[in-house]
Amino acid sequence: MAKKNAQPAAAAAYVPVKEDFVLLSQRDIRTDANFASQSYWKGVFTHFFRNRRAVVGLVIITVIILLAIFGPMMNAFGYRDIVQYRNEKNKRVVAKGISPQIPALHKLLTGEELEGNFSEYTFLFGTDDLGRDLWTRTWYGARVSLLIAFVTIIIDMIIGMSYGLISGYFGGMVDNVMQRFVEIANSVPRLVIVSVLAIFMPKGMGLVIVALLLTEWIGMSKIARAEMLKIKEQEYVLASRTLGARSNHIIFKEILPNTIGPIITQVMFSIPTAIFTEAFLSFVGVGIVLPQCSVGTLIEDGFNNITTLPYQILPPIIVLALLMLGFNFIGDGLREALAPKLEDM
Amino acid sequence: MTKYVLKRIGMALLTLLIITFLLFLLVRIMPGNPFPSERMSAEQIANKRAEMGLDDPILTQFVRYMGNVLRGDFGKGTSLYNGAPIKTVLSTAISNSFRIGGIAILLGTLVGLLLGVTAALNKGKFLDGFCTVFSILGVCVPSYVFLIFLQYTFSFKIPFFPYFFDPSRFAFSAIIPAVSLSLFTMSTIARFTRNEMVEVFDSDYVRLAEAKGMYGRGLVMKHVLRNALIPIVTVLAPLVVDLLTGALVVEKIYGINGIGKLMVDAIAGEGIDYNYVLALGILYSALYIGIMLVVDLLYGVLDPRIRVSAKGEEA
Repeated sequence: MAKKNAQPAAAAAYVPVKEDFVLLSQRDIRTDANFASQSYWKGVFTHFFRNRRAVVGLVIITVIILLAIFGPMMNAFGYRDIVQYRNEKNKRVVAKGISPQIPALHKLLTGEELEGNFSEYTFLFGTDDLGRDLWTRTWYGARVSLLIAFVTIIIDMIIGMSYGLISGYFGGMVDNVMQRFVEIANSVPRLVIVSVLAIFMPKGMGLVIVALLLTEWIGMSKIARAEMLKIKEQEYVLASRTLGARSNHIIFKEILPNTIGPIITQVMFSIPTAIFTEAFLSFVGVGIVLPQCSVGTLIEDGFNNITTLPYQILPPIIVLALLMLGFNFIGDGLREALAPKLEDM
Repeated sequence: MTKYVLKRIGMALLTLLIITFLLFLLVRIMPGNPFPSERMSAEQIANKRAEMGLDDPILTQFVRYMGNVLRGDFGKGTSLYNGAPIKTVLSTAISNSFRIGGIAILLGTLVGLLLGVTAALNKGKFLDGFCTVFSILGVCVPSYVFLIFLQYTFSFKIPFFPYFFDPSRFAFSAIIPAVSLSLFTMSTIARFTRNEMVEVFDSDYVRLAEAKGMYGRGLVMKHVLRNALIPIVTVLAPLVVDLLTGALVVEKIYGINGIGKLMVDAIAGEGIDYNYVLALGILYSALYIGIMLVVDLLYGVLDPRIRVSAKGEEA
């Protein structure tokens, strides 16, 4: 306001009077809405949701997780139930190897009723060679795979993060010893770890989980250490130390919250690795054992029947690919959102 | 530089020795014994143990084992291949695996580079989009799935290639496994090359080169590609390692007598063959550490700044 009044003053020398200097009341102050400062996490969120790929990834993963939770409940078949009935002669009729069918849709498209023993049933993905419903099995398998991945990666995150933060914080001799250990642990191929574990442990979910626990923490610890090295020289850490905070407090209360971004990104990239590894181990035959199923065992089942029931392998492969895709997209999106380049702003 | 190289090699050898010892220890302290106890009396087992030196201190056993390994003798399998010497089985397996893996790496790197460069030069156009979709697909789908599809389509539906690996027609039957193995490498390299090149194109020194009047192939080859290659070398190492893992299933499915199939047979069969696990564990670790070492050294050759900092470290 005052400036507006002052405009004509440029022409004739204007002598400011006392009334020109007024306190702006609160309502006259305007914040710049276009370039407003916003909190760090709010910025990350806006950036993340502006990224088309990241949103696609998020939608894919959400849908798959929802289906993995509710999918098996959507029909009457259990994941280990064989769909069958007894006919008039009291003989078992098993729904073996039925290709995907939706009776209502079939009628709509062709105008004819479906034929066959199980024509009234809907099998969205068909049934396998033993007569189990593949829709239920696929989502049940996805549930097992996701559960294994989430549980192991979260434990790995805790182990790796603590390890890396402690190693980076103390530096010197501690860091040296801890890093030599990481170097050696990192030089053992995952395959070798799995094969040695196979000697000691029975095949099954436990083996997959331990194998993942032993390998995936290393990446996390490296990132946590790098972040720690970046942060620990900053003033607020010094301030906290001056105020008498203990190392424990500084590491986990002061620094940890500031390293969480890159670590979450790493988690997003580790989860698909875990799913991949689980699928791989189960396929090879040291992972999930019958009658449990996971994405890996489903692909193996599909592969074993590929010449007779070629459609059987498709659902687990598509679910696996979409999981990989979704998590990678989310990871990429997070990475970009956490460290945006100037040109993207 | 020589000192740096020697130090790196020494570290790698030491790491390998430690890992080998741990593997040896783990396999030897296994509960149970390597002999089928129902067919042998306790006395026979004791004799056999003494004969194989299983009662000696673990360190003596390890030194003896390492001595044999250095002479290429890994002992005999306990359950696989009726106890044939591991050396014979392993040499065939290594030759098969390395040839197919080598073709896959070569194919993946060359085609990947080509795709990446093409995409970067056509940034934002159709070819770029195609390359992106291709690389996403290649990263998201495991190599054995590609193998299953290729096998189903080109060996079963259209019986052109052999359904299983046939050593007598190596080149012909290596095509399907090599292609499916190379896809992951190919797509990762393509994506990396593209992103790196796009970044390098925007850099100040490329602008300077352009300002000096360089253009076309000279610019791309001399300034862009060389600088874009450095990070690509670092991704190549994990890729080769992933290839080893992927080869496990691919060899199993396609019936290739390679080290991957051997590993699967050793751990996933009826009984676990400890000696094969040990031998293959050492082999895989040596490969892995070797690859890491080569990449580390290669990195120094490609990027002079690393050599300088390594020198500074020594001083």
